[in-house]
Amino acid sequence: MTRMTFAEAARRALAEEMRRDPLVWALGEDLVQGGIFGQYKGLAEEFGTDRIVSTPISESTIMGAGLGAALCGTRPVVEMRIADFTLCAMDELVSQIAKVRYMFGGQGRAALVVRMPQGMWRNSAAQHSQCLEAWLTHIPGLVVAAPGTPADAAGLLKSAVRSDDPVVLMEPKNLWTAEGEVMEEIAPIPFGVARHAAQGDALTVVTWSAMVPVVEQAARESGIACDVFDLRSLWPWDEAAVIASARRTGRLLVVHEAVTVSGFGAEVVARVVEALGPGGLRAVERLGSPRAPVPFSPPLEDSIRLSPARVADAIRRVAAVGA
Amino acid sequence: MSSASNETARRVAMLRDMARIRAFEREAVAAMRSGEAPGVVHPSIGQEGVAVGVCANLRRADRITSTHRGHGHAIAKGADARAMMLELHGRAGGSCGGKGGSMHIADFAVGMLGANGVVGAGIPIACGAAQAIRLTKEDAIVACFFGDGAVNRGPFLEGMNWAALYRLPVLFVCEDNGFAAFTRNSAVTAGGGPAVRAEACGVPATAVDGEDVLSVDAVAAELVARIRGGGGPQFLHAKCYRWEGHTGTDAAGYRPAEEAAAARGRDCIRRLAALLDPEEVAAVEAEAAAEMAGHRAAAMAAPWPDPGAAFTDVQDAGAPA
Ligand SMILES: Cc1ncc(C[n+]2csc(CCOP(=O)(O)OP(=O)(O)O)c2C)c(N)n1
Ligand SMILES: [Mg+2]
Repeated sequence: MTRMTFAEAARRALAEEMRRDPLVWALGEDLVQGGIFGQYKGLAEEFGTDRIVSTPISESTIMGAGLGAALCGTRPVVEMRIADFTLCAMDELVSQIAKVRYMFGGQGRAALVVRMPQGMWRNSAAQHSQCLEAWLTHIPGLVVAAPGTPADAAGLLKSAVRSDDPVVLMEPKNLWTAEGEVMEEIAPIPFGVARHAAQGDALTVVTWSAMVPVVEQAARESGIACDVFDLRSLWPWDEAAVIASARRTGRLLVVHEAVTVSGFGAEVVARVVEALGPGGLRAVERLGSPRAPVPFSPPLEDSIRLSPARVADAIRRVAAVGA
Repeated sequence: MSSASNETARRVAMLRDMARIRAFEREAVAAMRSGEAPGVVHPSIGQEGVAVGVCANLRRADRITSTHRGHGHAIAKGADARAMMLELHGRAGGSCGGKGGSMHIADFAVGMLGANGVVGAGIPIACGAAQAIRLTKEDAIVACFFGDGAVNRGPFLEGMNWAALYRLPVLFVCEDNGFAAFTRNSAVTAGGGPAVRAEACGVPATAVDGEDVLSVDAVAAELVARIRGGGGPQFLHAKCYRWEGHTGTDAAGYRPAEEAAAARGRDCIRRLAALLDPEEVAAVEAEAAAEMAGHRAAAMAAPWPDPGAAFTDVQDAGAPA
């Protein structure tokens, strides 16, 4: 095990994949310069500017070219800079990449990775802070992964590169500099397998992405025995693990940074209720952002941001119902 | 063979392709109108010379991207016309197993990377295909077909700049039939037009009479040679006219009848036929008509897809249960 940042873990994983497979290459803005979070640092020097390609600010073509390149046998890593800019390439992602295999009857596949760092990033305001994972889990054809630790950032990136499906990888912007333990040998992490982050019988807590360290801290500080799952991938997601846990604890809390309304937490809760029946849970709660854009000023941003203290309150609230 | 008979053979081959496209689309439109073919068909009748003149200069390994009006591009690139006809009838055995329909026909076996239901969407895809071809050192180029309407979309600007910037092996083919759906494109387009826009991004543009297949062939030959020689992207602005409505059921009442009649008088097929042996022409056209009528009959006799196929080829991880 080595301690390293999220960005360094992701950088290493991509470098290893590019060494392993000469068909892997990356395209996006400022990549030759290392990417805006340093997650591509040094890769242009090692692999050359034909494989680490700095592009114009042309999101439709960054995304669409990724598809064309995948259809001609290469494995592109498409960098969107941040998830918000994916909105400038939605047709290419949703109506082209996600559809091509199906619509053409399996003749071609979009075996590519779309990286889109997302979420709040200190004082970046409404156009640079969105969490849009629920939009993309709604689209058939896409795999959606959202790592919350350096080790998972590396392992999920490896799986994403090797997958024959188009994989959307949503790295949490706020965690690029966070540190964690990463194995010397980075192994691919399969999609649809949650990380069982803490064990307990009092309630089931489900989270992902930037909320992972927040929930882990809250669970420790709450003094309550939480069964915590970091989903790591949202489509497919580990329904079996979450349902089994909720069946045992009878209490479910889902925590995500995205707006609560129509967030992916709604899907998690709905699936658990379908599986356990309407009376299967004693308590259930979704904790996310209010349905408001992310504001700029630090105190305003903090009033939206979920803190460990607020998550711990929710944990106590859910644990207390009918106890 | 002498070069004269070579040239004649090339012309007959182009006549055959144009006749096959026209016969295919006549059958497709009739099938749509009768309700035998579900959904919608966008015929390229009158524009066949562009697809055929360009594709006459492509090899099997070359790729094309196409549009909603894509039957001609596919057939000219060598796609399986029977499978295409089954596809637009929604039948098993269609190019895409009945999942795509007329607007989403692809035939990867011949480098036809897909028609597209989104105007302009093929442009970024073509750029990426060319980038992959360069990365893997394949000996191939990409031809990217789009209509005049596409030049008003953002991906057009992005793609022209992109292809010029990386000097990609792409032939952009703008089929300028004067209309974007029901609107005369000049009524919604400012500035100097498609070629001027391409050149502003550094893609050299050449205009051609798209209703004269020999001109298209000659110009495409020149442009394709430059692209294969490493000269970077080229832009072919092909003027043509859409004889039919936007779709097989659009009567095109928004344009003067004389205009369409005049275009019929410039028929790319008749203009080439006039240079060939009339008996051979008649035989080629009869063969094309018989082939496509046969495909239509085969489509009507073909089974529907298994309903379970609606759930296949979505994705591997997280596939529908
Ligand atoms: C992005 C997008 N906007 C609108 C449409 C609806 N639409 C389909 S074809 C068409 C006209 C396209 O004109 P042009 O590009 O000139 O091609 P043509 O139909 O003349 O071959 C329109 C508006 C679409 N398919 N995609
Ligand atoms: Mg047009």
